[in-house]
Amino acid sequence: MKLKRIMKLALTAFMTVSVLAGCTSNNGNEDAKQTSKNEDTELSGTVSTDGSTSMEKVIGTLGEAFEQNHDGVTFTYNPTGSGSGIKAVQNGRCDIGLSSRNLKDEEKESGLKETVLAYDGIAIVVNSENPISDLSVEKIADIYTGKIKNWKEVGGADAEIVLIGREAGSGTRDGFESITGTEEKCEYRQELTSTGDVITTVSSNPNAVGYVSLAAVNNSVKAIKVGGVEPTEETVKDASYVIQRPFVMVTKEGTELSKVAQEFFDFAISDEAVELISSAGVVSAN
Amino acid sequence: MKNKKQLFEDLIHGVFLILGLITVGCVLLITVYLVVSGIPAIREIGLFQFLFGTTWESTATNPSFGILPFILTSVYGTAGAILLGVPIGFLTAVYLAKVASPTIKNILTTAVSLLAGIPSVVYGLVGMLVLVPGIRKLFQIPDGASLLAAIIVLAIMILPSIISVSITALEAVPKEYEDASLALGATPIETYFKVSVPAAKSGIAAAVVLGVGRAIGEAMAVMMVSGNVPNMPSLFQSVRFLTTAVASEMSYSSGLQQQALFSIALVLFLFIMLINATLNFFLKRSKEG
Repeated sequence: MKLKRIMKLALTAFMTVSVLAGCTSNNGNEDAKQTSKNEDTELSGTVSTDGSTSMEKVIGTLGEAFEQNHDGVTFTYNPTGSGSGIKAVQNGRCDIGLSSRNLKDEEKESGLKETVLAYDGIAIVVNSENPISDLSVEKIADIYTGKIKNWKEVGGADAEIVLIGREAGSGTRDGFESITGTEEKCEYRQELTSTGDVITTVSSNPNAVGYVSLAAVNNSVKAIKVGGVEPTEETVKDASYVIQRPFVMVTKEGTELSKVAQEFFDFAISDEAVELISSAGVVSAN
Repeated sequence: MKNKKQLFEDLIHGVFLILGLITVGCVLLITVYLVVSGIPAIREIGLFQFLFGTTWESTATNPSFGILPFILTSVYGTAGAILLGVPIGFLTAVYLAKVASPTIKNILTTAVSLLAGIPSVVYGLVGMLVLVPGIRKLFQIPDGASLLAAIIVLAIMILPSIISVSITALEAVPKEYEDASLALGATPIETYFKVSVPAAKSGIAAAVVLGVGRAIGEAMAVMMVSGNVPNMPSLFQSVRFLTTAVASEMSYSSGLQQQALFSIALVLFLFIMLINATLNFFLKRSKEG
């Protein structure tokens, strides 16, 4: 996974260098450059996005692909958090704001428009040997805050529950804790730094419970139902599975986006982007 | 002609000097960078609060940045690894340097250097998949990721450096010392432990200090087996080391949290400086002795 990312980075760096090299060699030949650009795409400029840190992966994937498709376009992403992202759009400090929650009514009244890009479903996973297969959100919150300490209290075996979580600052942790209302109250036994580690740990400990992005769930662990609803792409999309949150692009009503920003916006909600969005581990809204 | 030769010599000297300065430059750069980026958070949090605070909640609404749990975990973890690793490593070194037949010695030293070459993430992986569940079953505790698991992994990781440095020290003991002892009627084992080992003690001490340095600086393997929760250290609890505190939160951190991580790195850096100074002291003594 890391290696892939490094290779991607190296590739991007290489491409950037070759683009730069192309620019310099064309410098004395402005006309030729202009025509070749017209044939290719007419886009140039910067798309600036600002907001939710949890959206880093999905927006980064989209931005990278967009930059690759359009030479001369710079894509920026400022990870400041949903609230600051929404404010940044309001004040015109960025083209598109990113929020990992729906806009509040007063924010909508102030002239902001939300477009759901994707849904981030978080699956609750337990060991395959664990008889538990369904928990309510309240029970999950009780388990993570330490009110319920033994599996037998929720109908399982007589064994202490081992809480596996993610490190502070992780988007999945932020999402899980804000949806279940357990911010700063979780009594983790382990705080791991990657989704893969959580799955490995849960699969090797019969009493462990963890949370991971829906897309990362595999056969080695069991994703339980929440309030009777199976976590799948469909249930996340139709909102019946509750441990999920929307990834929203925020724009200003009535203010036209710059041409390049509009192009990116259209790209992000196009069918073309669906695969990229799911490769970032979330469920596309389309 | 002579002048030309002289010029060439000077030129080569200059090139070597520059190459040497690159290393020095790197050390200086890292030191200055760590100090510059580590100080602001300490000033904001307060040195006492930072070093002796017992809670670390870096992303809470009222964040607290106390790294005492990390410092103590690093100290306990390293001490535990030394306690387990040094006897094994030291005795192996004595055996290999003095007792073992050439064939066995050959095989074992190859194995030891192989052990040194295994990347730390592999130690971590094996620890995570074998050691952690093993500890959970053996001690009948809910979860095996603990200080104990980290200590065992670290003890194995420091073995190669302890063994190879100790062997070098033991082999440097003049043969005449041992011959004299044997001629006086001491058995070989008596000779090794009463003559060879005392003569090599500075070198062996250096090996131990090297092990300490390796153990305190290890991050990857420890991160995978220790659970990473900022608890006060206890053998069967999930704990977080100085190294893993930096590594686990760095990727998403921002603002004061990130600055505090740099401050942790600075504290770690000071620890390692201290260890290096100790190492130099022992090495110097072993050269003189």
